[in-house]
Amino acid sequence: MATRLFGARVKRNEDPVLLTGRAQFVDDVHLAGMLHVAFKRSDYAHARLVSIDISEARAMPGVVAVYTAADLGDYWQPSPLLVPPPPVEGAVFNQRTAGQLARDKVRYVGEPMVMVVAESRYLAEDAVEKVMVDYDPLPAVVDLEAGVADTSSLVHDDLGHNIAAHVVQRKGDYEAARARADVVISRRMHYDRGTAAPMETRGVVAQWDALARSLTVWDSTQAPIPIRNGLAAMLGLAERQVRVIAPFIGGGFGPKIMMFYPEETLIPWAAMRLGRPVKWIEDRQENFVAMTHERGQVHDCEMALTRDGQILGVRDIFFHDTGAYDPYGLTVPLNTQCTLLGPYVVPHYTTEFKAVFTNKTVVTPYRGAGRQHGVFVMERLLDLAARELGLDPLELRRRNFIPPDQFPYNNKIIFQDFTELTYDSGDYEPVLDKARAMIGWEAWQAGEGARLRAEGKTVGIGLVMYVEGTGIGPYEGARVQVEPTGKVNVATGIGTQGQGHFTSFAQIVGEQLGVPMTNIYVSTGDTAQFSWGAGTFASRGAVVAGTAIHHAAVKVRDKARRLAGEALEVAEEDVELVDGFAQVRGAPTRRVALAELARQANPLRGAVRADAEPGLEATAYYGPEMGATAFGAHALILEVDPETFNLRVHKYVVVHDCGRVINPLILDGQVQGGVAQGIGNAFYEQLVYDETGQLQNASFMDYLLPTALDVPRIDIGHEETLSPLNPNGVKGAGEAGAIPVGPLFCQALEDAFQGGGLEILEIPLSPYRLWELVTSA
Amino acid sequence: MTHSITITVNGQAYTRQVDARLLLSDFIRHELLLTGTHVGCEHGVCGACTVLFDGEPVRSCLMFAVQADGHAITTVEGLSSDPERLHPLQQAFWEAHGLQCGFCTPGFLMTLVPFLEANPTPSEAEVREAISGNLCRCTGYQHIVDAVLLAATRLNGD
Ligand code: FES
Ligand code: FES
Repeated sequence: MATRLFGARVKRNEDPVLLTGRAQFVDDVHLAGMLHVAFKRSDYAHARLVSIDISEARAMPGVVAVYTAADLGDYWQPSPLLVPPPPVEGAVFNQRTAGQLARDKVRYVGEPMVMVVAESRYLAEDAVEKVMVDYDPLPAVVDLEAGVADTSSLVHDDLGHNIAAHVVQRKGDYEAARARADVVISRRMHYDRGTAAPMETRGVVAQWDALARSLTVWDSTQAPIPIRNGLAAMLGLAERQVRVIAPFIGGGFGPKIMMFYPEETLIPWAAMRLGRPVKWIEDRQENFVAMTHERGQVHDCEMALTRDGQILGVRDIFFHDTGAYDPYGLTVPLNTQCTLLGPYVVPHYTTEFKAVFTNKTVVTPYRGAGRQHGVFVMERLLDLAARELGLDPLELRRRNFIPPDQFPYNNKIIFQDFTELTYDSGDYEPVLDKARAMIGWEAWQAGEGARLRAEGKTVGIGLVMYVEGTGIGPYEGARVQVEPTGKVNVATGIGTQGQGHFTSFAQIVGEQLGVPMTNIYVSTGDTAQFSWGAGTFASRGAVVAGTAIHHAAVKVRDKARRLAGEALEVAEEDVELVDGFAQVRGAPTRRVALAELARQANPLRGAVRADAEPGLEATAYYGPEMGATAFGAHALILEVDPETFNLRVHKYVVVHDCGRVINPLILDGQVQGGVAQGIGNAFYEQLVYDETGQLQNASFMDYLLPTALDVPRIDIGHEETLSPLNPNGVKGAGEAGAIPVGPLFCQALEDAFQGGGLEILEIPLSPYRLWELVTSA
Repeated sequence: MTHSITITVNGQAYTRQVDARLLLSDFIRHELLLTGTHVGCEHGVCGACTVLFDGEPVRSCLMFAVQADGHAITTVEGLSSDPERLHPLQQAFWEAHGLQCGFCTPGFLMTLVPFLEANPTPSEAEVREAISGNLCRCTGYQHIVDAVLLAATRLNGD
């Protein structure tokens, strides 16, 4: 075998084009005769639409068309439900999705009402200013609890209330467990809204070729194939007439998996109707209100324990803010229910949520996708219990770990992939111990921590645990092909948004075919290259698409060895693939180039065996029966500035286990980036709505993303507990960095203000909010 | 009201008739089709649109194209377009994994090229300060900082 590629810190194949400004993003698509779109969006969170007057807008210079809901005719339709409700007994789900342009009523600030198409974006925006809307404002549903009160204004009048869903899941008998408990910790916890804020906003470009009768769409989506399929159906085209390209994408983090956004179906429709290419690029202000949000939940939770710290059970009843519509089903609150259990044995668990319609932007998964709320509740309850019981918080966690011989471990509740939540593998104590050692838990408390405190510094330490369900179904597929030039093409259907798939997938293939990285070309996100798949979400790219690629590469490898065995007159078992050649093991000068085998496998004349498929090529699919569960610990030492209540992170440690690692360099980057978003979520980022449902901070001036001065260096430790579910033993890693940061900050801050009776039961914080909490404690 | 302007971009002079209100970022991207310069916010916070204006980093979304009339602009395409011969900073970003989605990267590069010229041996704290006006949502900045320190070492020839 040549140098191992799988597991190596290889630099990325995709970087040169990105570094030299030649990578093509959606807004880089320029087509002759292209028109530009701007939207008139609702100024009100909740209002009846009395009238919309577009006559003046239509008369503006350069305007080609102006469309309202009425102009869409039959094309106006509520977007399909992306994820159906789970098969949980008694589950209630009220589906309300949005049509492309509002009619009759607007339900959140930013809801599109009118589409203007003009010769330039500048002219389109001029015309938007001239659209006259007569609104009849209604009281806005902003607060979750007020929203479920009988007196509340109704987001969807026909429903008669604002409950989008109600799901109860039970494992064991919590009430009985509670009756036996020595202590019960119960609290109310708040988790507020944030936004993914990818540096590239959304965008769509569409071109209709009337001669070829084909539609090409460039879309900043994480799911090009489902978009292609849906668009074809809506536009009355065959799937082969529609090509969707998700080119380079400037970060996704979840909201770009949501489909269909209204713009995604409107732009192609307009391009067909007008016979000219049409482009829409979201601006940042639009992105704050029109791209989906996440995170608003309120939990009433409690934990029952024995005196020696054994968890008997947990009950968690929460409200989930789904925004004005619920196109993504219940993925986010289901993740919350499931991820709460963490690495612990929780024999009795009752979990109930109500999803609530509000007059705010729609909620769909954003990195973590509800997982952080569950982890927040569990880890906070454990800290409070440790305090109550006088136990070390880490010891309390250790006592409740699922033992390593209990895997696969079935938690007996339904996960977002609709199977019973089962952990494939895990070994938690080594992770805890490693994180504890890396942060220097005992040594810091006795040494530097004590010294700093003696100097009057407000310093604290924390350590929390989490698990992360990754790599769920349904499936992905891939094609691996050796060209007669010796170059290898790999095609898969998922989109990529910076996770390094062009590289990690090449590593998987290179490992099997013995071909250098630089000769392997990975194509993702172009439906013309590969036609089947679901998309990039739930940390599944490396696990699900990666495994399909592995299987396809193995098939090609086996075929190459068989052909080479015939050519070299040796048994195929004696053929190995090294540096682009198939050679005889132990006699490497007897060899034939893969390129030559590819040529021979595709002859232009002569006879091939009747059963032989031509070419050195194979396609394979992989659908995991269940997700692979990654896990880890984060630890932190921080200091609070006594004047400003700003934080300085002295040390940040992540120890995590996501099975076998394909590329440690890429993995470190994923973890670091995840932690940065987690820190934003914990201490800087909050979408602030006023009581009328107006978003108060829709700009980067007011919504604070962490900068290089806010994100510390992160020390990363790896453990490897292989997943038994796939041949490479990999688990997903995309979300792990972001998930446990909130409770970690809370724990460390409580430690920093020890003696002050501080309890932090909410996220996000801010210097001001921290000051309020500390002074009122 | 349109104006005739001449702007030298990456050493080449371009003369165009433009609206007074056309942003410099849109001029570069959509008139000259130099799409390496990215637009992340259009309100001067993210730094993605940073280009060199007579050698100084500026946010091209906060300027009109007419303000650049008679001036020299350098964009990321002007650093190096040859993957075999990248600018040392580009090369260091590649090796240190200083980019994920790469959308913010041109802005970081154009901020850092003049920074390293002015301060060839920066400390980590100075690097962080220098890039504190550029937002990156993917990397958590650590590998970017590593890349800058690596490039500085190389540029100083040790
Ligand atoms: S686009 Fe210019 S600073 Fe963000
Ligand atoms: S690499 Fe994606 S924003 Fe920086």
